[in-house]
Amino acid sequence: MSDSTQSGPMLAADGTPLKKSLSRALRMQKIRALALITPLLAFVLLTFIIPIGQMLFRSVENDIVANTLPNTVIALQDWDAASGEAPDEAVYAALAADLYVASNAKTHTRVGSRLNYETPGISSLFRKAGRKAKKWDVENDGPYKEKFIKIAKGWGDPNVWRTIQTYSPKYTNGYFLNAADMQKGSDGAEIRPESERIYITLFKRTLIMSLAITAACIALAYPVAWLLANLPSAKANLLMILVLLPFWTSLLVRTSAWKVMLQQQGVINDVLVWLGIVADDARLVMINNQLGTIIAMTHILLPFMILPMYSVMQTIQPTYLRAAKSMGATNWTAFWRVYFPLSVPGIGAGSILVFILAIGYYITPELVGGTKGVFISNRIAFHISTSLNWGLAAALGTILLAVVLILYWAYDKIVGIDNVKLG
Amino acid sequence: MADSASNDAFVEFDRVQKSYDGENLVVKDLNLSLPRGEFLTMLGPSGSGKTTCLMMLAGFETATHGDIRLGGTSINNIPPHKRGIGMVFQNYALFPHMTIAENLSFPLEVRKMGKTEREEKIKRALDMVEMGAFGGRRPAQLSGGQQQRIALARALVFEPELVLMDEPLGALDKQLREKMQFEITNLAHNLGITTVYVTHDQTEALTMSDRVAVFDDGRIQQLDPPDTLYENPQNSFVAQFIGENNTLEGVVKEINNGIAIVELDDGELIDCKPVHESVKPGARTRVSIRPERVEYNKDRIQEGAHTLKAEVKEFIYMGDIFRTRLSVAGNDEFIIKTRNAPDVDRLTPGQQIEIGWLPEDCRALDA
Repeated sequence: MSDSTQSGPMLAADGTPLKKSLSRALRMQKIRALALITPLLAFVLLTFIIPIGQMLFRSVENDIVANTLPNTVIALQDWDAASGEAPDEAVYAALAADLYVASNAKTHTRVGSRLNYETPGISSLFRKAGRKAKKWDVENDGPYKEKFIKIAKGWGDPNVWRTIQTYSPKYTNGYFLNAADMQKGSDGAEIRPESERIYITLFKRTLIMSLAITAACIALAYPVAWLLANLPSAKANLLMILVLLPFWTSLLVRTSAWKVMLQQQGVINDVLVWLGIVADDARLVMINNQLGTIIAMTHILLPFMILPMYSVMQTIQPTYLRAAKSMGATNWTAFWRVYFPLSVPGIGAGSILVFILAIGYYITPELVGGTKGVFISNRIAFHISTSLNWGLAAALGTILLAVVLILYWAYDKIVGIDNVKLG
Repeated sequence: MADSASNDAFVEFDRVQKSYDGENLVVKDLNLSLPRGEFLTMLGPSGSGKTTCLMMLAGFETATHGDIRLGGTSINNIPPHKRGIGMVFQNYALFPHMTIAENLSFPLEVRKMGKTEREEKIKRALDMVEMGAFGGRRPAQLSGGQQQRIALARALVFEPELVLMDEPLGALDKQLREKMQFEITNLAHNLGITTVYVTHDQTEALTMSDRVAVFDDGRIQQLDPPDTLYENPQNSFVAQFIGENNTLEGVVKEINNGIAIVELDDGELIDCKPVHESVKPGARTRVSIRPERVEYNKDRIQEGAHTLKAEVKEFIYMGDIFRTRLSVAGNDEFIIKTRNAPDVDRLTPGQQIEIGWLPEDCRALDA
């Protein structure tokens, strides 16, 4: 009785505060739990978090100019790009000194190709100048301004020097501007000419098509998941195997099968022509466009929608529907007011899964998308493996990641992430 | 008799059969009629067909053969939502995504009732089950007993004339169950609604009902008020299923003045009341006697009555009663119950006694 009236913290039997002795008792458990997850944590950190962090860092990293041309960067600081004239001899002399070092170390071509992303043509200027600079006696062979312009006229172009100046800081937002169809003009960021804009369109297309794929998956998966959840278990198991069957087939094979199905001389068109629904000279174009990508990707991502829906629907007791009907609700009202709201967490979980998978999909759009049906990820792959502009690829990837996180956040605000259940 | 019964019958099953697989009948030839306002319990072991009958009445199962009538009209082809029958489910089936008030509002909304009328009815229904303060909560925030009350209120809020309950107290602990048994019976009688209640708990059936229908093997074995059911079981299944019961087997020797002499398998003779139609001289029978009707005090055994030798196997002191296990005529599970009173001898294991009973307490039933 006296315990409840005493003031101050509760005390354990030995007089220490109860909270303290509780946390001491739990400490061992916490340490053990931590020890159990340490291997996985280390693995994830090493193989996932760190590489992704490095990749993201590449989207702003730009130390190649400052590292390869240190003297030039300093000499260029005072040059006014707006003057419309090439810089003076001091800058050329600094460049000659830098190039002498760089060409002997064979790093000048790398700066060339880096700057070539921003202003096409610079790469060849560096290659040509580098060949000569290798043999120069840097202290005595001046003046260099004429020499450079003689090697290649481009060295007298203020635009080239502006590019070098703009990209001399160690960090740049240039990749991100590029990824958003912008560029660094003489006075800050500006939108690129219409003929050079591609990324915004690609981002928009990726989002809209992913939404369309998600919507198609919801419409197709809902009845299947309902059947799975309500059939007797023997039949449900068979149906489940059919749902999972695509997982056991290679993604490449399935996508190629769609090529066979959808092309103009393909199975579907042949059948339609044979049935007389479509004229032989007006065969439907269903592949190498957006329709082809949507059809093939809906098929491939469908199981990811069915499974979370199914596991949520399984937990909805059939007595809810009976109860609703016993209270006077028609089949439709019982479904719409009772069953559907209870199945929303499954739709949410499936949609997030399918949308996020779709937005980063690569193989299928590449194979059946043609030019109109490719995603932003195809462009990222192009920059990584073909144009080798990893900075731009990283910037595009970062934007994609940000978009997904924003959408995830918006979903949490609107629907509530607690409403997502995988079963 | 059949005619007069069907005239004032409110719910009526007429030769109803039900089969799920086309080979076995789950419900065989069910005939049952309830007057308005009656509390009827369908009692039986699982698989006896009682829940199927309830589901046919609610409209969730269709009868394979026969007619189910409500207020004189056949409802065989009326879908469940048009039957206007309130129902309480075993797991309550409260909609988890709605508040308590929304749950109660649901049957009223589908009836297109106005907002003020709805609110008034919801309030009245919640007050009726003493849950007036809980309208804003979610079902998951309530205890089992509270959910049970809400399920009851939801089944009653649209004022149905017939309420079906499918083992509604199965998930509650014993104390709460007894309290709710009492409340449900009171509520049903005060509102004058007709109730069909399904349970496998015989105590529940006896304490709550006006009449109990004992189901087994797809048939009603006996349909009677609780006291008749307990004291006058019509066959050995009912005798076994309702209450505790001792069984002895033997052959009927003769029947004189309404008393049958039965020769047990070990040759001893006993007096019984012939109940089942199959009890005729020469036929095998199973006699049933309640543990509390067995006497071993010589003063209480009638002069000239047949007695049996018994050996005490076990004596259990249970407070209000003594429960003694005997070995009688080869049956080691013969139980007698004696009231704990000052003049009653306490038996000890191994003791040899003689037991007897009034012939009318020992009922000769089907073998």
